[in-house]
Amino acid sequence: MSRYTIDSEGFYGEFGGAFIPEMLVPNIQELQENYENIINSEAFKKEFISLLKNYVGRPSPLYYANNLSTHYNTTIFLKREDVNHTGSHKVNNTIGQVLIAKHLGKKYIIAETGAGQHGVATATVCALMNIKCKVFMGAKDVERQSSNYNRMNMLGAEVIPVTSGSKTLKDATNEALRYWIANPNAYYLIGSAIGPHPYPDMVTKLQSVIGDEIKQQLTNEYQQNKPNYVIACVGGGSNAAGSFYSFLEDEDVKLIGAEAHGKGEETGKSAATLNLGKKGVIHGCMTYLMQNKDGQIKEPYSISAGLDYPGIGPLHAHLYRTNRAQYIPVSDKEALKAAYFLTQKEGIIPALESAHALGVLEKLSFKKKDIVVVTLSGKGDKDIETYIKNSVK
Amino acid sequence: MNNKLTQLLSTKQKDILTLYFTAGFPKLESTISILKGLDSTDVDIIEVGIPFTDPVADGPVIQKSNTVALKNGITLPLLFKQLQEVNISKPIVLMGYFNQFLQFGAEQFCTQCKAANVSGLIIPDLPIAYFNTHYKELFDSNNLHNHYLITPQTSDERIREIDNISTSFIYAVADNSITGNTKDFNDAQVAYFKRIAMLKLKSPIQFGFGIYNNATFSKVCQYGHGGIIGSSFIKALEKGNSITDFVKNIRG
Ligand SMILES: Cc1ncc(COP(=O)(O)O)c(C=O)c1O
Repeated sequence: MSRYTIDSEGFYGEFGGAFIPEMLVPNIQELQENYENIINSEAFKKEFISLLKNYVGRPSPLYYANNLSTHYNTTIFLKREDVNHTGSHKVNNTIGQVLIAKHLGKKYIIAETGAGQHGVATATVCALMNIKCKVFMGAKDVERQSSNYNRMNMLGAEVIPVTSGSKTLKDATNEALRYWIANPNAYYLIGSAIGPHPYPDMVTKLQSVIGDEIKQQLTNEYQQNKPNYVIACVGGGSNAAGSFYSFLEDEDVKLIGAEAHGKGEETGKSAATLNLGKKGVIHGCMTYLMQNKDGQIKEPYSISAGLDYPGIGPLHAHLYRTNRAQYIPVSDKEALKAAYFLTQKEGIIPALESAHALGVLEKLSFKKKDIVVVTLSGKGDKDIETYIKNSVK
Repeated sequence: MNNKLTQLLSTKQKDILTLYFTAGFPKLESTISILKGLDSTDVDIIEVGIPFTDPVADGPVIQKSNTVALKNGITLPLLFKQLQEVNISKPIVLMGYFNQFLQFGAEQFCTQCKAANVSGLIIPDLPIAYFNTHYKELFDSNNLHNHYLITPQTSDERIREIDNISTSFIYAVADNSITGNTKDFNDAQVAYFKRIAMLKLKSPIQFGFGIYNNATFSKVCQYGHGGIIGSSFIKALEKGNSITDFVKNIRG
């Protein structure tokens, strides 16, 4: 067994596990006992791969960014998850989990969403597969992300605005869990590599198509053995986990996660969980989280709605603790600047989340011959208003 | 010192009434007056909820009481101080989520419980296996009971396992739901109550969730050893109703 995979209880080292109330035990156990068999079955693989190819448009390009490379005097590739159907990496996970739900005989899907990207991806796949879905979304996010709210409704999902707590992603997750307790027949489709075991491992495996493709494309299209750096943004950590997964054992490959640092530490307005948080339990999982000294969970802040989660997937907590990966805080300003820079240099408008990964390029120094892969987790259409409001010259 | 809960359960086997309230609600100092108020009624066990930002197993009434209590400024150190200030004759059980226990420090938490004469804990998101390997000895050495939950979905086999390791009452969640329901019991629930009664467990059974009046309390007492009432008591406290009257109404 590798240092970076889960043990039989779902722990990566000291992080992970399933800290759930007894009410959720039967559902979680069912998933724990079945997910690996399903994912490894020929029937699942065939359907999953076919949908990723024909519906999502995979493999997503590994694009050599010439202008960016010249500027940073190194070799930069962008893994283009932004060109996926629905505009982000989230759809890899939702297709996989809806298939798993069908294999388990579940009749309807519930999901949480923050910015609405995961909600849209879920509503999309549920429409495709003709399965009912209910999406929990913080009332504050419904307001902030009204276009995604409208998309979900058009796709036929029932979106439930959540008014408890701080009315954002963590409360949407709480509400989805509460609903699941009362409705154990539903399948809970978690949107990131977070939550009780087996979700972190399951979501990571479903997203690992990103890193697998990076590896193959570097070899086949660019005759490169492996990258020196893989960089991805980290909210809950699913696109980063998927990008890193194929390279975990290859310790020469530097893995870098970009955490949202909001307005900076002094202001208390940040979402840099690993840099500012402490070990604890959130949403059924032992990990790092933003909390006060009494263990009350703090509401994080980032300009990007997809990164303001107070916890982080347990794989990342483990990679951080073991120094296998490095997590660099990137502020709102730095992300905005990186987004404008990419747009002007390469003609690609990135999602605000992904712009945090690009912000790392300013913070590290690369050698000319270094191969640097940045995962562009999503496209910026949803963020245009924010970009216009915060324009960078 | 003897554990008050152990004493109670060894002498009383039926109609055991537990009332739950949230510390620091509706006012910061309410913890003390509610404890004193309850101590003079014929409630059997007092369950004190530790307010948390993210109470996943709780419904809107208890969620709201948590939010208000946190706004009032309740913290764990303050709660322990409040508990030490009063001398309560009835057994006290603390209910809280695992993260608070972790942040406070398990050892310090248990020591403080002992100092405050707390008899046991309910930590719904602390799995049994994890408790056994990490905290069981600590609980034992501080004379604290841990309480396990079972639900309508828990298999007979797992209920028996839980019964074997339980040192106090088993918390039988009466409903496939979060706290705060006010509906009559349905057939499936009653079938589940009967199933539990038929298992003839060694541990006393306290039913909780969805018990809110004399009828629902009496009903669960037919099948188990008692019931736990939370949300409807919180509502009464919020309205400023008399604690004595509330208990009288439940007892009928
Ligand atoms: C485009 C995009 N990137 C990244 C994220 C962050 O999620 P994760 O860390 O799970 O990849 C989100 C979440 O909504 C997103 O929409």
